[in-house]
Amino acid sequence: MNAVTPSAELPLSGAQILLRALKEQGVEVIFGYPGGAVLPIYDAIFQQNAIRHILVRHEQAAVHAAEGYARSTGRVGVVLVTSGPGATNAVTGLVDALMDSIPVVCLTGQVPTHLIGNDAFQEADTVGITRPATKHNYLVKKSGDLARIVHEAFYVARSGRPGPVVIDLPKDILINPAPYVEASREAHRSYRPRTEPDRAQIDKAVALIRSAKRPILYVGGGVINAGPEASATLRELVAETGIPCTNTLMGLGTLPASDPHFIGMLGMHGTYEANMAMHGCDVMLNIGARFDDRVTGRLSAFSPGSRKVHVDIDASNINKNVVVDVPIVGDAGVVLRALLDAVRAEGARPDRTAMAAWWRQIDAWREKRSLDFVQPREPGSIIKPQHAVRRLYELTQQSGRDTFITTEVGQHQMWAAQHFGFERPNRWMTSGGLGTMGYGLPAAMGVQIAHPDALVIDIAGEASILMNIQEMGTLAQYRLPVKVFILNNQYMGMVRQWQELLHGGRYSESYSQSLPDFTKLAESFHAVGMRATTIDDLDRVILEMIKCDRAVIADIAVDQGENVYPMIPSGAAHNEMLLGPDKSRNNAEVTNAGMVLV
Amino acid sequence: MSGETGLTRSATIAVLVENEAGVLARVIGLFSGRGYNIDSLTVAAIDEDRGRSRITVATRGTEQVIEQIKAQLNRIVPVHRVADLTAEGPHVARELALIKVVATGEPRGQALQIADAFRAKIVDTTIESFVFELTGSTDKIDAFLDLMRPLGLAEISRSGVAAIARGTRTII
Repeated sequence: MNAVTPSAELPLSGAQILLRALKEQGVEVIFGYPGGAVLPIYDAIFQQNAIRHILVRHEQAAVHAAEGYARSTGRVGVVLVTSGPGATNAVTGLVDALMDSIPVVCLTGQVPTHLIGNDAFQEADTVGITRPATKHNYLVKKSGDLARIVHEAFYVARSGRPGPVVIDLPKDILINPAPYVEASREAHRSYRPRTEPDRAQIDKAVALIRSAKRPILYVGGGVINAGPEASATLRELVAETGIPCTNTLMGLGTLPASDPHFIGMLGMHGTYEANMAMHGCDVMLNIGARFDDRVTGRLSAFSPGSRKVHVDIDASNINKNVVVDVPIVGDAGVVLRALLDAVRAEGARPDRTAMAAWWRQIDAWREKRSLDFVQPREPGSIIKPQHAVRRLYELTQQSGRDTFITTEVGQHQMWAAQHFGFERPNRWMTSGGLGTMGYGLPAAMGVQIAHPDALVIDIAGEASILMNIQEMGTLAQYRLPVKVFILNNQYMGMVRQWQELLHGGRYSESYSQSLPDFTKLAESFHAVGMRATTIDDLDRVILEMIKCDRAVIADIAVDQGENVYPMIPSGAAHNEMLLGPDKSRNNAEVTNAGMVLV
Repeated sequence: MSGETGLTRSATIAVLVENEAGVLARVIGLFSGRGYNIDSLTVAAIDEDRGRSRITVATRGTEQVIEQIKAQLNRIVPVHRVADLTAEGPHVARELALIKVVATGEPRGQALQIADAFRAKIVDTTIESFVFELTGSTDKIDAFLDLMRPLGLAEISRSGVAAIARGTRTII
């Protein structure tokens, strides 16, 4: 990455060099917001047509839009913001991308090099602030480094475990002439992510698969990041071995929800069968997941009887939370292919009789029907939020449109994960690690930019949606027909649920006071507003929403008291999950140690 | 994390890094951000031609925590190489300390005798004071300071640990 071969052409300004480097990196879209320090870049953008700029209404939204773009396409999302507040506003989005391993390059303006450190107007120590918020960051101090750094930033963002990279660009660097260099084919001096697994470790994993009586595949976002081929290989491996497969929140879509081997999401709000199977398995194959605390529950009681294989491209995830027997550092897609080839070559399938017994056990757990809910059918009945998501799923499926779902954060997010079935990867965009309210609308914007003809729906809550509601303006400007589907229970529902279960029903500050009229709000942003207040309106509103060729806010009034079940209470183990409100009374004892884990 | 239980050990970790702005902040930020201990830390450019610096961190934790520290250090983009000198075989670790003792009369004589026994060098002296230069293991310097404390120990400047593997092994 480091060798520079300056090309003999007329000198271009730093801003022009920047755009040329972006173009060489295949960038087609930038999500950004102008300001003093980046005016030279905006001037250069004005004078070209190769790269499209999408003007957001807030810099946080620019990063989430780039995340939605990246996650739905597998490409690097690009952000452009000004110095000072532009950069600090972007920080939440950067940490979000860091936690969920989303490749983003964020260009931040900076005061001119001679003013750095002088508390200049709109100066912030952007590289200092974003150091723990990014995979890596750069401050360009010499024009001669600019093009090389841009190429390197894209390489760092997309390779290994993907993540956000910031390039801080002082204004004089953007104005002064700079040399252009093409992306180097040479290896980076120090950064060399490992993608090829150790063959001996593959053999150990295959031996475990062969010996397994109760195996499980626990598959996460690493398989999404490894590209659609990785999901295809996973399907083949599942078909070849018959091993049941559960997904993390980030891994939904890697195995089709309709595949009989899919046993649902696992973790705090995962299915009974997924969590019981995790608890009772004898061989666990973790592919591209990181034993997050929302997944494991109480660590000391986590899957006590299993031998564990952990495939991760990031060696620091190995043995971080859970000590494993067979660590495999490598790209999830490469490892899945190696496992599948070895299983086929050696006929290393688990014992048929044992697998039949294991599946009988899993089917018995499935009989609990842990995601079931009761939707009253009488006319005028209040809508259950789960029913709203189910109908949205069924009616979008019937529409035959390629459907992408984003979410905000909270109860609606969990209901979406539980009740919307994903058949393909890259169709589900949610803030998993950081849990960022306000993620869904801008992410949907980014998805719609990348997939203009697709049906893009943000399943939202009435509290989360207000956190980036200004982006309705962006939808209007670019005529993006994003659908915002609000499960409106007039509460910060997940907060309310915890307060009900853990804090004696003292609903401190979790009621959504003084909500806007969402239909009028939609109209004021040149979008279409719709509302469903009872079960009688629901299907009609969803169908109208799907049919509408403009942006829509569908305000769905849902049961205020509904909680997300099943649920592993804080500090509990997988086999101690609550299936519903009736059973929670038997298990009211929550320790302080458990409370802090919330 | 489950690494909080179990035996702790100390580890001297050598980190070879690109000599670029912010690299030390990345290493220190990693330790503070993830709650790891730093007992001492030294850094200096070692290789001007190739633009590399060497950071030596003395830390401690359970085996699992130390493995985490190494893996996390390896994740930093400008890090070339991470070596756990404590785990990878015999190594030499030395610290340099400059120690000011202000004393007259009998304590002054005692301080001089002890310094001689520790092979400390006198690098500055007045009628009322000495500055001793002492090189050795962290334990040796700690022992010297304990003895000097009642004799008029006034100020200490320590370099932190520099360390290198014994024999022909290198981490370059």
